Amino acid sequence: MSVSITMNNLVKRYGGQTVIPGLSLTIRNEEFFTLLGPSGCGKTTLLRMIAGFNGVDGGELYFDERPMMNIPAHRRNIGMVFQNYAIFPNMSVRKNVEYGFRARKVSKEEVRRRVDEILDVVRIREYQDRMPAQLSGGQLQRVALARAIVIHPSVLLMDEPLSNLDAKLRLDLRGAIRDVQKQVGITTCYVTHDQEEALAISDRIAVMNQGVIQQVGTPMEIYARPANGFVATFIGRSGLFRATAREDCLEFADGSRIPRPVGAAVAPGQQVALSIRPEELSPAASGLRAVVRSRTFLGKSLNYVLEFADGVALPGYPPIEYAQDFTGSCRMYEPGEVLFLQPDLGRVNVFTEDLSRSLMEGGGSHG
Amino acid sequence: MVKRRPDVWQILSLVILAAFCLFLLWPLLCLFLSGFQGEEGQWTLENFVKFFSKRYYYQALWNSLSVAVCVTALTLLIGIPLAYCTTFFRVRGRGVLDLLIIIAMMSPPFIGAYSWILLCGRSGWVTTFFAEHLGIDIPTVYGFRGIVLVLTLKLYPFIYIYVSGALKRMDPSLMEAAESLGIHGIRKITSNVLPLIAPTALSAALLVFMNALADFGTPQLIGEGYVTMPTLIYTEFVNEMGGNASFAAALAALMVAITAVLFLLQKFYVDRRGYNMNSMRAPAAQPVAGWRGSVLHILLYGVVLFSLIPQVTVIYTSFLNANRMVFLKGYSLNSYVLAFQTLGGAIWNTVRMGSAAIFIIVILGVAIAYLSVRRRNIITGIIDTASMFPYIIPGSVLGITLLLTFNKRPWLWGGTAIIMVLSLVIRRLPYTLRSSSAILHQIPASLEEASVSLGVSPLKSFFRITTVLMLPGVFSGAILSWVTVINELSSSVILYSTKTRTLSVAVYSEVVRGSYGTAAALSTILTVLTLVSLLIAFRVSGNDELHL
Repeated sequence: MSVSITMNNLVKRYGGQTVIPGLSLTIRNEEFFTLLGPSGCGKTTLLRMIAGFNGVDGGELYFDERPMMNIPAHRRNIGMVFQNYAIFPNMSVRKNVEYGFRARKVSKEEVRRRVDEILDVVRIREYQDRMPAQLSGGQLQRVALARAIVIHPSVLLMDEPLSNLDAKLRLDLRGAIRDVQKQVGITTCYVTHDQEEALAISDRIAVMNQGVIQQVGTPMEIYARPANGFVATFIGRSGLFRATAREDCLEFADGSRIPRPVGAAVAPGQQVALSIRPEELSPAASGLRAVVRSRTFLGKSLNYVLEFADGVALPGYPPIEYAQDFTGSCRMYEPGEVLFLQPDLGRVNVFTEDLSRSLMEGGGSHG
Repeated sequence: MVKRRPDVWQILSLVILAAFCLFLLWPLLCLFLSGFQGEEGQWTLENFVKFFSKRYYYQALWNSLSVAVCVTALTLLIGIPLAYCTTFFRVRGRGVLDLLIIIAMMSPPFIGAYSWILLCGRSGWVTTFFAEHLGIDIPTVYGFRGIVLVLTLKLYPFIYIYVSGALKRMDPSLMEAAESLGIHGIRKITSNVLPLIAPTALSAALLVFMNALADFGTPQLIGEGYVTMPTLIYTEFVNEMGGNASFAAALAALMVAITAVLFLLQKFYVDRRGYNMNSMRAPAAQPVAGWRGSVLHILLYGVVLFSLIPQVTVIYTSFLNANRMVFLKGYSLNSYVLAFQTLGGAIWNTVRMGSAAIFIIVILGVAIAYLSVRRRNIITGIIDTASMFPYIIPGSVLGITLLLTFNKRPWLWGGTAIIMVLSLVIRRLPYTLRSSSAILHQIPASLEEASVSLGVSPLKSFFRITTVLMLPGVFSGAILSWVTVINELSSSVILYSTKTRTLSVAVYSEVVRGSYGTAAALSTILTVLTLVSLLIAFRVSGNDELHL
């Protein structure tokens, strides 16, 4: 049945290059766990190490208490869903789903019952006799999901399963995957570079960059209290400011001040980075002075790109934005207009000046 | 740390590497070295000095190169327009036309040589007809003219098949783009179409050049004193058997050096200039009406039927009564009866050794394709490169190489079926290997991983998933290997013994002996065998295109 996955100091090298320099992580039993990061961050490599397709160059890997380092992929009892579906093109949908039973001793009636059941669960029963070439991408990925879970694997591994699908289908299938996973109750490790998808689907997320885990937490924790500047800017959007901590407030390069954010553990005189999401700003009579550069209408909100006085924004990052809810009666700002903005002090985050660490109390839980 | 067990593929790649070293690289090295040795085994350049100082010798190289250049130029002139017309104009009976072209390509060139002698030789039918009825002495077909004629008609299909493949993959929007820019007619072809197919045409031209350079049967039969490198090598080698074969070895080394340089130049050009064309939309064939259409069809069918004259002649004469070199009045199956009585074993040998060779070729082709595509490392890289060697080694050279190496203790394979099959495998493996790796590149590696993830062991996954999906590609390569295996002459003629004589060797020796009747009967059997193989292949693969 379903297991937990424990990684202790896992190492992966390609040639002379170390892709994963020593990674520790625990995925709980029956949990929907997502590895999230930009492409090339090592998330797929890690998934393939769990699957057994990539060798382990150091450290330990356990399914429950069982060491897995020397178990070949086909004996790990995993179910895997691939980015390009990997549906056998020479077999019908039903034959594809039955395929895993060729390596398992299960009676014919039992196979039929379980295949029927799973075809219903993923809603592809009407296509069971079709050949893969006759199916759409979304249907193919449903077949792949059925094929992976019908064998009752210990863990379900999914490598960017939705990234070849169009936006609408992605939403549908995302829900289907989530429902099936909860229904079957199977430990799932899901790889994606799409942060919105990760937030929507996961119980917990590990954000990875350059082979190192940046933060592990629930979607809300990761969004609300990012552990460092990378997580803050990779998950959602965050504008980054440079500020100096004073007794009760933060002071910016242009002399403007805001009260100290709630829960920020800073010492007076300390140089810090302040991270504010576009929706955490609101116009006020005083506060941070900004000039509107451009305005974009996005349906439920209006997005303004802002420009601040020299030295206020942290250099080298995308321009800071302000998102205004579109209510129809709201006051819209024109490019060139000056406005003053107050951050939501309960939601903004403060980091060390180099963005490496959160200064929020209880914020930034590491793996 | 984690221990890794050596898997099946690592062991297999070492075994294959060892086999390549033993059966190909080591013999070739021996050949090259013996080219630099004198009568007493001392190191010397005297073989090469001898070659370049006597006109008789270096003339052969010059002759070979002139034949190869002329044939290549002529095949390009025929093949490219032919491919252009059948791709862009609607041609009636396109399938039949393609099949006829493939038949022209597949039949061995020495059969062409022999039938052109029957027709236009000194006492050929056409020659005598012109002399007796019209009083005109038309020039005979021997020597340079004949060789070029026979090889051109046999080799233009390579250009045709390669170039029509490239034209079909060409995106029609490229030509539409040219037209939208105001470029049309002949300028569209020269500025747009020709540059795009140039890399493909060059590869095909190289294939033609190598074939023309390496062909043994044609100059031997129709050359009449027009000595080319392969015939020179053969003569020197046969003359010197039992003595010192180092002069023949030096000649062979020289030839391999030339072909290797050409091959590398072509590869260099194609690697730099190759375009990756892959069009979803095949170019639409335009109907051509009126007199233009008639002219088009007459020209197309004229060329193709002309190139089939040898086959038709051979099949016709096989049913004539014959007495040695003279065909008599009346039809009968006497030639076939005689052929079966005296040379029936040759048919069996062809099938037997051909099947053994194709069996090994398929297994090796699939295994090497898999190793070099999916398990890239230094060893599989060496194997992949070494498996391309046969492209640049003329058949007669390979024959000599194998005989020199394996006709001494502990091998003593001279005259056995082992050495025949060995040379067939080495020579014809590349076709199956290339098309196997081509299809493997199109099969995602994740399919095999999906099977493994479902609990099926890697080796079983390879057999259940990968090999099954590779079958069409393996098959189309294997059919090409098979057809060329059963028609092989240039290496077999050096390696055969009375026990291992094949059909093509039997045809050759019957022509040389002057038994034209049995030669025609055996040629017909060989042609029918080839044709049946192709038809089965088309039926099984469900299309009528050969993928080269």
